[in-house]
Amino acid sequence: MAGEPLLKVDGLVKHFPIKKGVLQRTVGAVQAVDGVSFDVRPGETLGVVGESGCGKSTMGRLITRLLEPTGGRVEFEGRDITHLSVGQMRPLRKDVQMIFQDPYSSLNPRHTIGTIVGAPFRLQGVTPVGGVKKAVQEMLERVGLNPEHYNRYPHEFSGGQRQRIGIARALALKPRLVVADEPVSALDVSIQAQVVNLLDDLQDELGLTYVIIAHDLSVIRHVSDRIAVMYLGKIVELADRKPLYETPMHPYTKALLSAVPVPDPKRRAARTSRILLRGDVPSPISPPSGCRFHTRCWKATTVCETTEPPLIELAPAHRVACHHPENAPDQAPADTQPLAGTPAEDQVVHQSE
Amino acid sequence: MSELESEVGRSSVPGPRTGAAGTAGTSAALEGEVFLSVRDLRIHFDTDDGLVRSVDGISFDVRRGRTLGIVGESGSGKSVTSLGIMGLHRSHSARISGEVWLDDDELIASSEDFVRRQRGRKMAMIFQDPLSALHPYFTVGAQITEAYRVHHPVSKKIAKARALDMLDRVGIPEPAKRYSGYPHEFSGGMRQRVMIAMALVNNPELLIADEPTTALDVTVQAQILDLIRDLQKEFGSAVIVITHDLGVVAEIADDLLVMYAGRCVERGTAEQVFEAPQHPYTWGLLGSMPRIDRDQTERLIPVRGTPPSLINVPAGCAFHPRCPHADVPQDDKTRTLRPELREVGSGHFTACHLAQEERTRIWTEEVEPKL
Repeated sequence: MAGEPLLKVDGLVKHFPIKKGVLQRTVGAVQAVDGVSFDVRPGETLGVVGESGCGKSTMGRLITRLLEPTGGRVEFEGRDITHLSVGQMRPLRKDVQMIFQDPYSSLNPRHTIGTIVGAPFRLQGVTPVGGVKKAVQEMLERVGLNPEHYNRYPHEFSGGQRQRIGIARALALKPRLVVADEPVSALDVSIQAQVVNLLDDLQDELGLTYVIIAHDLSVIRHVSDRIAVMYLGKIVELADRKPLYETPMHPYTKALLSAVPVPDPKRRAARTSRILLRGDVPSPISPPSGCRFHTRCWKATTVCETTEPPLIELAPAHRVACHHPENAPDQAPADTQPLAGTPAEDQVVHQSE
Repeated sequence: MSELESEVGRSSVPGPRTGAAGTAGTSAALEGEVFLSVRDLRIHFDTDDGLVRSVDGISFDVRRGRTLGIVGESGSGKSVTSLGIMGLHRSHSARISGEVWLDDDELIASSEDFVRRQRGRKMAMIFQDPLSALHPYFTVGAQITEAYRVHHPVSKKIAKARALDMLDRVGIPEPAKRYSGYPHEFSGGMRQRVMIAMALVNNPELLIADEPTTALDVTVQAQILDLIRDLQKEFGSAVIVITHDLGVVAEIADDLLVMYAGRCVERGTAEQVFEAPQHPYTWGLLGSMPRIDRDQTERLIPVRGTPPSLINVPAGCAFHPRCPHADVPQDDKTRTLRPELREVGSGHFTACHLAQEERTRIWTEEVEPKL
C-alpha cells in the first residue's frame, strides 16, 4: 500500500513508576512498553498479538492517547500528538476511537442506548443531518441492532449485543482509525464470529483503519493484514499475515504458533513437534538483559544475553528482532556458544508420541 | 414421551456392575471400563423469574483411561453438569434428578456425607480460576497436605512428603521451597499446576477439569494440556474436560459431547464429531471458529441469533430458532417435538429432526466446502 501512514509510532515508551514508602519515592518502573515503532497505513488492519503482560493493551491506550507516553513519538496524519493535552486531543477524538474488551464495564448502566451511542455527537458538537436520534438509529441498524431499542438500557442486552453497542458508539462519527482492544475475547464462539464479520463489513463500508489487539492467534490471523508480535514491551516481529504464519522468523513467534491448539484431532497424531517454552514470561519490572526472550529461547547464545537485537528487515516487509532467526540467515553466525542453562533443542521441542 | 434417551439400557447397563470393576485400584486390566455413568441427569434451579433448566436430561459414560470433552457455550449447562456430578449443588436450591454412577455407587440418591467421602478421593476437580479456588491465607503446601489428610489417616510428615512429591510431579521447580509459598506468589500457570497437584494428591480415578486453561496464555496452556495428558497416562484415570474451545478438545479429548441449552445435541468420538459432525449446531461452532492452520480470508459462518434463556427454552428442538435448516423437516416437528438422541454411526449420537440422508447431503454439499 502506498501513501503516507495514517499513524506513525516511533520509539514509544511507557514506564509506570513503582512508588514505595511514606515519601512515595520511585523505586522502580514497570516497563510496559519499551521502545515500539511501527506505521499503520490507511485502510489496513494491523493486528497486535502477545501474551498477557506484553504491553499490547498499554500500547493501544498510548496511541489513542488515553495514557501519556513516557517517551517516543506518536504521529497521526503527520501531526505530532504525543503530548497533546486532553483539550487539544478532543477534536482528534472524532478520528481516533476505541473499542473495549469488556462489554459489561464499558457501557454506563444508567444511560440508555440512545444516550450512549449519541454521546460522541454531543461531545463533539456535531449535528448530523436529520438529527442525532436518526443518526444513532441508523448506526444501531448498521451494527445489527434493532433501532427501536433506542430507549433500552445496557442490562437488557446480551454480551454480543453490548459489544455491538460499543462498536456503534466508536463508529458513530465515522472515525479514521479504530483501536480495538480484545474486541471479541469476552464473547462466545458463535457470537465472536458475528462480531468479527461485523468489523469486517464496517471496514469495507466506511473505509476504516483498524489496530486490533488480541491474544488469540487464530482471530488475529483472520482479521489482520499485517501483524506485530509483542514480547515484554517490545515488538519482536512485524510482517504481513501470510509470511508471519507460514515462515515465522522469531523463535518466540514460532513457539506461539506451535502452541495454539488446532481443532482437528487428526493433526494431534500427525504433528511431529511442538515447541514447549519453559517457564513464564519474566517480570516487566526487571526484564532480562539483551534479547528479552533469551531466558526462554532454545537458540540463545552469549550475544543474546548481552546485546539487544534491533528490529530489522530480513525479508521484504518482514522485520524481526533476533540474532538467530528461523527462516532467515543467522545474524550472529560467529556466536555459537549456547548460554548456560539453555536446554538442547531436543529438550525443548516436544516430540509427540 | 419417554424422557430417556434412546441408547439408555442398550449400551452399558446403568446400575451396579458385577465383576472386575468391583475391586478398588487402577490397573491396566481396568482400562476402558466405564467408571462414570450419567443417566438422564436433570438439574433445575428455582428462581424468582421461573425455573431455570440448566441441565435437562443428559446421559453419558466416561471410561478409565479416556478423556471426555464437554463442549458448549456459556449457559449451555456444562459446568452445572460437572458440579452436579461432584455433588456440589446445594440441595435446597437445586432440583436434581437422574442417576450418577461412580464406579458402583449411585451418587444422587446417596447421603451428602457419602458423596463428600468420594469427593477428593475417587473424583476430583480442577477449576477455571486457580486464584479463587485456592485459599489466599494458607500456603499451597498446607492446602495440599490437608487435602491428603482428609482422606488418609497419616501423620503430617508423611502427608508433606506426599505433597512435595505431587508438586514435583506437576512440574513446579524447587518444590521444597515453593511448598511454603502463598497462592499470590505463584504465576497463573504455576497456580494451575498447584491445583492439579491438589486434585491428584489422592489418586482420584475421575478427574474433572472445568475450563482448565481458559485463564492461561497460549504457551502455558500447551504446558498444562500436556501435563494433564501425561498424568492421565500415568494414573489411567477417567478425565472430563469442560471447555468452550474446540481447539483444546481436539488436542486432548478421545470422546466428545456437545451441549446446547442444557441438552446433549451430539456425542461421539472426537474423530467422528470433527470429521463428520451431525448436528447443525456443531456445524455452526466449526464455522464460527477462525482457524490458525488455514489462511482463510473468507468470512466466518456464524450462528445467527443468541443462545436461549434457560427459563424459556424454545419448544421442540432448542436450537430451532437459530438453525438454518429448521424448516427442512416437514410437519413442523422441529418446533413442537423435542428430538431424541439417535445413533447415526457406531457410538455416534445426535439429537436432530433432519433425516439422515438430508443431513449428510447438507453437510457434504453446503457446509463442509465452506469450512
